[in-house]
Amino acid sequence: MSAFVELTGVTMSYGGAAGGAVPAVADATLAIERGEFIALVGPSGCGKSSLLKIVSGLATADSGHARIDGRDIAGSQTSGRGDSGGRTSGGRTSGGRASVGMAFQNATLLPWRSTLENVLLPLEVSRDHRATFRRKKAEHIEAARSLLKVVGLEGYEDHAPYELSGGMQQRASLCRALIHNPELLLLDEPFAALDAFTREELWEVLQQLWLQRKFTVILVTHDLREAVYLADRVYVMSKRPGRIVYERPVALPRPRTLDSTFDEGFVALVHRLRDHIGEVRAA
Amino acid sequence: MISPIKLAPWVTTIGLFVIWEAACRLFAIPEFVLPAPSQAIAALIEYWPAIWQNAFYTFWVTLVGFALAVVFGLALGVLTGASALVYSAIYPLLVGFNSIPKVAIVPVLVVWFGIGTVPAVLTAFTISFFPIVVNVATGLATLEPELRDVLRALGARQMDILLKVGVPRSMPYFFASLKVAVTLAFVGTVISETVAGNAGMGHLMLTAASSFRVPLVFAGLLVIAAMGVGMYALFAVLERRLVGWAFRGTEGA
Repeated sequence: MSAFVELTGVTMSYGGAAGGAVPAVADATLAIERGEFIALVGPSGCGKSSLLKIVSGLATADSGHARIDGRDIAGSQTSGRGDSGGRTSGGRTSGGRASVGMAFQNATLLPWRSTLENVLLPLEVSRDHRATFRRKKAEHIEAARSLLKVVGLEGYEDHAPYELSGGMQQRASLCRALIHNPELLLLDEPFAALDAFTREELWEVLQQLWLQRKFTVILVTHDLREAVYLADRVYVMSKRPGRIVYERPVALPRPRTLDSTFDEGFVALVHRLRDHIGEVRAA
Repeated sequence: MISPIKLAPWVTTIGLFVIWEAACRLFAIPEFVLPAPSQAIAALIEYWPAIWQNAFYTFWVTLVGFALAVVFGLALGVLTGASALVYSAIYPLLVGFNSIPKVAIVPVLVVWFGIGTVPAVLTAFTISFFPIVVNVATGLATLEPELRDVLRALGARQMDILLKVGVPRSMPYFFASLKVAVTLAFVGTVISETVAGNAGMGHLMLTAASSFRVPLVFAGLLVIAAMGVGMYALFAVLERRLVGWAFRGTEGA
């Protein structure tokens, strides 16, 4: 019985083999069950985002095994550069590949599309949906509307992104990441640019979505309260090159409320993680 | 009440002409050195049939050259912006070619195509082509890496990313370049007509200058400037209409 996402001794560096390579991830091992919500925390530049790229198939591990659903993850590119600015055309090979949704610190909505059209974008271009997009358009629009309703954007479907606040844009970005019902949701500091109140509102929105749909989540964050509030399991990564130095299950009952973040158990957990981060930073 | 912003260009333009007129009269500048605006306008009226004919010719020659520049500039811009290989392969050539003064290639064009319309069209094309390529390529190359990752992780094809995200994204850059390129196209046409033409505003002004009819030369300059401003304004309106989303939060968006 293997886990849904399995990384075993994964190592990755930027800059290729020609010397001067910058190691990003070293010997990372973790196993994520289907439907599990995990959080990766660690100091800045510790390779958390690189791990996400490996899982999503955007970057390839130099060594070790990265598997989804028991099969090796197929990299979307084989160029050694591995930088996100690369313009290599993707020559894909067959292999393990979950349907993936992603959201980042920047909402990156397309300014010339309405909120609804932004949410529909993945269906227009994704491998699994683009062939049938036109035929099923009415159905897709219905799905997008109900998703927007869940995150509290009902009535904003036809608004342009710049008419939405930062928090609302991030809600729309979450909808875009989930519209194709991905098995795996990858979140790279999605709430880092929001004010504290908006951020906590979005924790609730995300938890609600996850409880309804039970997709697997990898959340990269700096915010320990965020990690403990949302995740089933928190991994602490060391400074670059990132390795996983501590793993902590969060056994708090769900749905968690914002009030519960002041409970003794919650606070104690955050403190423990804080201590580990302190050690990592000092190391 | 008209807003000061709307009023400002008229005030400065009319002010410039008033100062120019006053200076010519005050210092009694001879007509063949610097004619006053009133003298240029008198020449404009006097020679209107000839000016109109030549201006129309210059106008459509410019538009043909500009249209070629739009088609090829857009195509090459998309190609260079979408492919790092094409970019590094042809960019130095483009920069080098753009550095050549276009007046220097007119004689070559004349050798190849003879005196007349073809060298003028090609000069307008070569001078207005470069800003379009650079702007479109820039618009494509500045696509957010996160967004590219989102789409690639979905298995989107390069062509889909280009058509659904890259090209729409580069449209504000494209329209900005059109405004500049169309005025440059007029420069190209008039250069060619001046060096080797038998019609058009360049030819008209050269003929007028050689017989010291300087007010007519200035009348020609005013007409060319007016055509340039008109086309610039046209493309500015198109820009607002078609890529208004890029002007959020500014007046009239």
